Amino acid sequence: MSTGELLGVRGLVAGYGAVPVLHTVDLSVPPRTIAAVVGANGAGKTTLLRAVSGLLPPTAGRIVLDGTDLRGTRVEQLVRRGVAHVPEGRGVVGELTVDENLRLGGLWRRDRADAARALDEVYQLFAPLARRRRHLGHQLSGGERQMLALGRALVGRPRLLLLDEPSLGLAPRVVAQIMALLRQLRDDTGLTVLLVEQNVRSALSVADQGVVMALGRIVASGPAAGLRDDDHLRHAYLGF
Amino acid sequence: MDRFVFLTLDGLSRGAVYAAFALALVLIWRAARIVNFAQGAMAVATAYVAHSVAAATGSYWWGFLAALVAGLLLGALVDVAVMRLVDSTSPLNPVIVALGLVLLIQAVLGMVYGNEYRPAEAPFSRAALTLGGVGVLSPYDLFVLAAVGAVVVALAWMFARTGTGLRMRAAAFAPAVARLLGVDVGGMLTLGWALASGVGALAGLLVIPTELGLHPHAMDLVFVSAFTAAVVGGLDSPPGAVVGGLAVGLVLSYVSGYAGSDLAPLAVLVLLLAVLLIRPGGLFAQVTARRV
Repeated sequence: MSTGELLGVRGLVAGYGAVPVLHTVDLSVPPRTIAAVVGANGAGKTTLLRAVSGLLPPTAGRIVLDGTDLRGTRVEQLVRRGVAHVPEGRGVVGELTVDENLRLGGLWRRDRADAARALDEVYQLFAPLARRRRHLGHQLSGGERQMLALGRALVGRPRLLLLDEPSLGLAPRVVAQIMALLRQLRDDTGLTVLLVEQNVRSALSVADQGVVMALGRIVASGPAAGLRDDDHLRHAYLGF
Repeated sequence: MDRFVFLTLDGLSRGAVYAAFALALVLIWRAARIVNFAQGAMAVATAYVAHSVAAATGSYWWGFLAALVAGLLLGALVDVAVMRLVDSTSPLNPVIVALGLVLLIQAVLGMVYGNEYRPAEAPFSRAALTLGGVGVLSPYDLFVLAAVGAVVVALAWMFARTGTGLRMRAAAFAPAVARLLGVDVGGMLTLGWALASGVGALAGLLVIPTELGLHPHAMDLVFVSAFTAAVVGGLDSPPGAVVGGLAVGLVLSYVSGYAGSDLAPLAVLVLLLAVLLIRPGGLFAQVTARRV
């Protein structure tokens, strides 16, 4: 069943304890699209990603991946459906080496030969990681960690990449590189990205589609370029 | 000098058993953050399995194999049926449950097999071979060293080189991230318990013939020594457990040999206290902060 969307979120309510953080969120992301979710701290952006990947079971609503309802799918199964979640703080395992972190990203795959190929490709994509294969995760710089987390997700050859604050704590030049890489992956491999960012400018400049969240609700969505140029929206929600 | 050589070799042989047992404790600590105080009782239970199977088949080795399998299964069972259900918001809860398990296992063993010592046979001679007129290791000591050495090498290989080992480490260090990468964290935890309990069973099988024999409490003192070994090495470090085990074995051997065997249990406690006071993280504690 092709509906022209890879990820659909319908009437999603989710939160921690009794207090909902997300109030009836609806979202539709077509394939081969970079969708940026922007908004202030506490708008519910990270909670949205956590609900999509199943880390936070929703209180109400549905999450649909390529026409299939994800209800009841366990977190560890999601990667087999082609969803990779790079969590906030990046989730690099500090006690494991760069190589082990990367291999972990492809361990679930049956096709061992392609997993090995994907690993090689990631090393080609991120030269600094190739130079530090034997280093432990906690010895890396912030930028290298982001590369490692992103590379580890790519080893699984995902269809949908959930990316939480990739720019956090990184130099602007590194952020620009990562954003350019996302566009390249979208064009070359058909990757779909749901990108959560506080760095509104760079997120909306790379994205095809933009979603503005405030206090757990989507207050605006549409082509990213349109959101970027909407003065009212910029002043009211995005602060630039 | 001859005596020193003998005591050293004897200490290493005993220490190998403590090393294996400490390794079992470390495996569970790394996977589940639980000090498994029931490890000794679980090992004794599998030694009784060995006893029964050996009696039924007439072969020590069938009993040996059966006990190792029983150890693996018992570990998995304790995880799935007991420890997984414990509310671990307080670290004390699993400790109390483990102590309860000790009482339960020892009571059941006492009811089934009786509370008297049963002779436990060693598969090889325990008489020391002499080398150039000096008493060295017995064939059984060599068997103990070889068995523990094989297990240590196999575990090290598994953790460092196999996908399952990598999954187990990831599940232990960063469970949430591991799940996102498709690792069945619960399954890895159960596997960790099974392996640890299997190693504990091996240690029990090896040590019981060198002690008073088979008894529901046969591993109580061994547990204290092995726990000391694990703490000496740092509870987080498998190589530390091995070194700690050998160190405790040597200390016990020297103290019994030169100062009298009555002092040996005391020496273990002094060693434990000294390590806790001077280097509470253990000699092999990792200095790096945990950051995920």
